Amino acid sequence: MSILTPTAGPQAIYRINPVAKLATAFLLGFALILTIDWLSAATALVLESVLLVWAGLSVRQFLLRTIPVWIAAPTAGFTTLLYGQPSGQTYVEFGLIHVTDGSVSLAIATAFRVLAIGLPAIVLFVTIDPTDLADGLAQVWHLPSRFVLGALAGLRLVGLFLDDWRSLELARRARGVGDRGRIRRLLSQAFALLVLSIRRGSKLATAMEARGFGGDTPRTWARESVFGWREIALIAIGAAIAAIAITVAVVFGTWNFIVG
Amino acid sequence: MTLAPQPPAAVSARGWGWRHASRKAWAVDGLDLEIDPGERVLLLGASGAGKSTLMHALAGVIGGDDEGEQRGELLVSGRRATSARGIAGLVLQDPDSQVILARVGDDVAFGCENLGVPRDEIWRRVASSLDAVGLDLPLDHPTSALSGGQKQRLALAGVLAMQPGLILLDEPTANLDPEGVAEVRDAVARVASSTGATLVVIEHRVEVWRDIVDRVVVLAPGGGVLADGDPRRVLRDRGAELSASGVWIPEFPPRFTERRVASSGERLLDATGLGIARVRGSRIADGLDIGLDEGKAVAIVGPNGAGKSTLALTLAGLLRPDSGAVSATRALAGPLKSASPISWRSKDLLTRIGTVFQDPEHQFLSATVRDELSVGPRALELGDVEVDARVDELLERLRLDHLALANPFTLSGGEKRRLSVATVLATRPRLLVLDEPTFGQDSRTWSELVSLLAGLLDQGQSIVAVTHDADFVAALADDEVRLT
Repeated sequence: MSILTPTAGPQAIYRINPVAKLATAFLLGFALILTIDWLSAATALVLESVLLVWAGLSVRQFLLRTIPVWIAAPTAGFTTLLYGQPSGQTYVEFGLIHVTDGSVSLAIATAFRVLAIGLPAIVLFVTIDPTDLADGLAQVWHLPSRFVLGALAGLRLVGLFLDDWRSLELARRARGVGDRGRIRRLLSQAFALLVLSIRRGSKLATAMEARGFGGDTPRTWARESVFGWREIALIAIGAAIAAIAITVAVVFGTWNFIVG
Repeated sequence: MTLAPQPPAAVSARGWGWRHASRKAWAVDGLDLEIDPGERVLLLGASGAGKSTLMHALAGVIGGDDEGEQRGELLVSGRRATSARGIAGLVLQDPDSQVILARVGDDVAFGCENLGVPRDEIWRRVASSLDAVGLDLPLDHPTSALSGGQKQRLALAGVLAMQPGLILLDEPTANLDPEGVAEVRDAVARVASSTGATLVVIEHRVEVWRDIVDRVVVLAPGGGVLADGDPRRVLRDRGAELSASGVWIPEFPPRFTERRVASSGERLLDATGLGIARVRGSRIADGLDIGLDEGKAVAIVGPNGAGKSTLALTLAGLLRPDSGAVSATRALAGPLKSASPISWRSKDLLTRIGTVFQDPEHQFLSATVRDELSVGPRALELGDVEVDARVDELLERLRLDHLALANPFTLSGGEKRRLSVATVLATRPRLLVLDEPTFGQDSRTWSELVSLLAGLLDQGQSIVAVTHDADFVAALADDEVRLT
């Protein structure tokens, strides 16, 4: 199984250009780290949930993919609750731990924020096919094609590295050096993997050159990376969510600009 | 860039030579060779004769002035070969390192994109190229799901779509099983006759290609051409000599020392009701019963993906049985408490079960050949005198003495294979497990390996070998385990 196995599905979200998804996720993330307050994050989360339903992932897929966020959000919230900057009335105090009015509201704000940034980002990212992303980066954002395609081809080797790692592990046991200390063994194995991967990489580079990669001829693209109304709509929705969240927070006075 | 296919290309070498930047000796030197447009040439020569160097130069991928030095002249279609991209297309030996993109159609299109072919034309060429190599798959089929033979045909389709005037194949079937070899050979034959492009093939196994080519050129080690002409005549006149230098020619099969003793000794290992799995839970085969005796050889055969390597690694005490048991007899386990090899310490395996991996590079641990051979004996905590004695003996026996200080990774394919076998022999295990020991080897390395293993069997060692190689099975095996 390779991490480059094409990602595809019938839902509309798979047909949207990956660079638009990237832009939307960054836009939402940026707007929401400007402030730490519960209202802006909660507003964004409510609006996003409409978007998440529209994305059309099954409930099972959605929960499976977003498990990290569901774990990270309460963890971050709980940590903030215990160690966040104390202010207002104190409820519990034990060593470095202060649970206060301030830390309670910071905790809620933090947990909401992780969800509001994390959930849409994951839903947008898991539906990105790496090949389509490379096409978008090179054709829409005009990043250098040598760099983008080199990275894309290199990604394919990651699957081979997993097999290599397993074989290296077995081979070390067979060679009689499998009883050594774990750290020392892992280090030497990692070095061996590095040597193998450089060799694989240079073979791949030769194969790419043999197909005319890196020549002087201007390149054409077999797959057109389209950036149309769908993409603009997605970014616009992202921008609208960010704007509404900020406006609501400012109007109700919960906005606190994080810098300064 | 024109849209018309490149016309068949002529190749012309006049006093051509190439030296890698890191080497003193010229890899190829004083080469004079003329190939006419549309000719199909099989290029032979002992390993180290510079065949691959010539192919890389013809394909324009040999690198710039910082990677080596060139003298004389090498022209493809009248242009300097090293700067003439797009005229020649090259298919390499290793199927895994030639797949570039994740989807079949995109991979074939890659070369066309680099040559600046317009989009509509690209997809026409992708369809016709896939058709020509007989890959009847959807364009979005994942390339990671292809077999070795399919990957090589995909690489050929990618080259074909560039409509080159010269098609170069550098041991395209060396890493394939017999079915894969036939698939690729047939695809090349179709492509050559439909495009009329000039074709140059390197391959150790002559019988695969001799009905397709119309000329055989033999390169001399150190430079120049040793023989050149009609395949039948060259193979008849030079067959014995070529065979001795490692080329497989059916009329001159490699010679080897046969087994003398046919008796068997004690039982060493038993597998009962064995189920195997590479990753725990996904079982590949089930209910296997195998017994391994002193002085006997068992071959594990069957199609790709049947679990041959997994079975070998399980018997070798490297993978845990998924069900059933692998148990060593007292004769093999000796004083160890457990009879199950997977629970032994790594060090305990050394004198009992030795494993030679399919890819030698996976098992190399040291910076020199000499150190590599002493890894096992040192792990056994043998004294310096004993370690040196064992290492010296193996260096000589496997013709590696002149390479004692070389880095294992820089050796040729045959040398790597010999070294990987030698590292295992250094600790004198009673049971030897080999995964595809003769894969991709020239006939000289093959006969050395077979002779060596025959000698070990005569001394009472036990051998298990995963193999696709019918000659190997005929020469050594007492029993066959067939997985399906």
